[in-house]
Amino acid sequence: MKRSTKRVALQAAVVLLLLTLLGVLVNNLAVNLIRTGLGLSFQWLSRPAGFALAEASLPYKPSDPYAWALLVGWLNSLKVIGAGLVTATLLGVLAGAARRSINPLLRGLAALYVGLVRQIPLLLQLLFWYFVALLGLPQQNPSPFGSLLSFTNQSIAVLGVHLSVEFTAVLLGLSVFTGASIAEVVRGGLDAVPRGQWEAFRSLGLNEGMGLRRVVLPQALPAILPGLSSQYLNLAKNSTLAIAVGYADLYAVSDTTITQTGRAIEGFLLLLGSFLLLNLLINGGMQLLNKAIIQRGQRS
Amino acid sequence: MQRRTFAGLLAVASLMLQSCATLGEGGASRLGLIQQRQTLRCGISGKIPGFSFLNADGSYSGLDVDLCKAFAAALIGDAQAIEYRPLTAPERFTALRTGEIDLLSRNTTFNLSRDAAGGNGVSFAPVMFHDGQGLMVKASSGIQTLEDLRGQSICVGSGTTTEQNLNDAFESRGIAYQPIKYQDLNQVLAGYLQGRCAAMTSDRSQLAAARSGFADAKQHKILDAVLSKEPLAPLSVGGDQRLADAMRWVVYALITAEELGITQANVRDKLAEAKAQPQLTHLRRLLGVAGRPGEKLGLPNDFVVHTIEATGHYGEIYDRHLGPTSAVPIPRGMNQLYRDGGAMTAPPFQ
Repeated sequence: MKRSTKRVALQAAVVLLLLTLLGVLVNNLAVNLIRTGLGLSFQWLSRPAGFALAEASLPYKPSDPYAWALLVGWLNSLKVIGAGLVTATLLGVLAGAARRSINPLLRGLAALYVGLVRQIPLLLQLLFWYFVALLGLPQQNPSPFGSLLSFTNQSIAVLGVHLSVEFTAVLLGLSVFTGASIAEVVRGGLDAVPRGQWEAFRSLGLNEGMGLRRVVLPQALPAILPGLSSQYLNLAKNSTLAIAVGYADLYAVSDTTITQTGRAIEGFLLLLGSFLLLNLLINGGMQLLNKAIIQRGQRS
Repeated sequence: MQRRTFAGLLAVASLMLQSCATLGEGGASRLGLIQQRQTLRCGISGKIPGFSFLNADGSYSGLDVDLCKAFAAALIGDAQAIEYRPLTAPERFTALRTGEIDLLSRNTTFNLSRDAAGGNGVSFAPVMFHDGQGLMVKASSGIQTLEDLRGQSICVGSGTTTEQNLNDAFESRGIAYQPIKYQDLNQVLAGYLQGRCAAMTSDRSQLAAARSGFADAKQHKILDAVLSKEPLAPLSVGGDQRLADAMRWVVYALITAEELGITQANVRDKLAEAKAQPQLTHLRRLLGVAGRPGEKLGLPNDFVVHTIEATGHYGEIYDRHLGPTSAVPIPRGMNQLYRDGGAMTAPPFQ
């Protein structure tokens, strides 16, 4: 009893200390901002932005306010992150499963992919995809499939959907890079499933794909999910590298905003807030998924 | 995490940690700190040939770099006592505000919103280079005017007035275009050279500097249209009058020295001449023989002598880096002395 009171008191003291420290920091920030003549202000958000954006999911023109420009940038970020999560997962699961395939060629290819991609910094990969691979395409490239499938260094068309080369470069870069890490997470998850399970489905006469989907993967999922969510969060954060290849994501828009308004602190606070929100959403989604899968596991 | 997010965080963190006492001393100038430290922390671009560029031996050179040297010579008496900080366009103001650098000598456009307390709130020294924004296109494209660029994509660096000027110029003429924004000039160049954009835009001096490095320089053309006035000036953090004054009069000294024909080679002779002949009042005041100009600024009285010894006068600096025989020749145009038809002039050292 006494020991538990002591423990509670100790924890309360630590919390109090942390809160005081945070309070002092925030207070100092506010005081110093005022001293340097820079009191926090967000009024500039309603002023016209005055810059154009190369792509926008919502109607946007330069006379729209900064807040709208930032929202458009945020949606551009969401677009590439959302698409990146899907393609990176597909790529990662395929490559991860391939590393445990009975086909030596598949195994080798997957190992090569993971080995190569994980050793090279993401920024370099992005620059490679953009400046070498995509901008290296011809300016005009008559395609036999028309707008169903065409590649030029101005835009990529797939099934009639036109993607800018900037978007494509970020998507490729993020998917390929994160895919390699996800492959390792998936491989780790598969290895956590007892060897006997593989032998069991093989002896039942199930083929590799079927056995993987029906027997091994469901058991591997609880081990895969925590690693997977941290890869998802990484992908979202890494998307800020988009500015290096000219994609108008939230970071790029904030960048211009900060220079034009001189409101660096507010700009960065908004940026931090937006990414925190986004990552909390991703994290929340993954936790729900995790819970659902563990419950399903307990039921069966 | 990216470098700039980091710089921003650093700004927040350093503002948080700065105890009230350090800022509260009221009027303590950074000039004293620089002299005490015996090193000048000078922010530069580091990527523009002719202005600030990394040499093969790891040193920096260019007009902006020489200005750092002039400041160091005047403030500390040693033109080598400099720590250069290469900064991207969006980093520069944060670096200045957080005190990471003492001053910025980095092709920065002097305008109202940067100067005003309600904007970036910095203090500008006099203009060191009058520039204007232009557009470069491939000669074979047949593009002559802004109208020819309707609906085309244009490569531009983000976080600069360049982006805003481009927009102003095209919006006001009702010409739609697609801006492809990159983080720094090298990426803008790569995008343009790879054919992503029909044109690239930057200050005309930068376009000329960039073109000088192309293998096929003749295949690229800088359009006649000038989109903006770009007076480039060095700057320091706002509200520090002593440092701002010192910087202002160092720049004026470089210009006045050219007016009076005081060069790196003859400055010692001129000093002896000034000491010997009391009737040479202009010369005596400039070189600190009379009138104690340095004392009023918090500098040694002979700061101009140190400065000219280190870099030569404005014209010498210009010719060294941008003159006809340099690697990046840019006609001097508006940057000539006022008496030669340009805009460079300085108030008297009285």
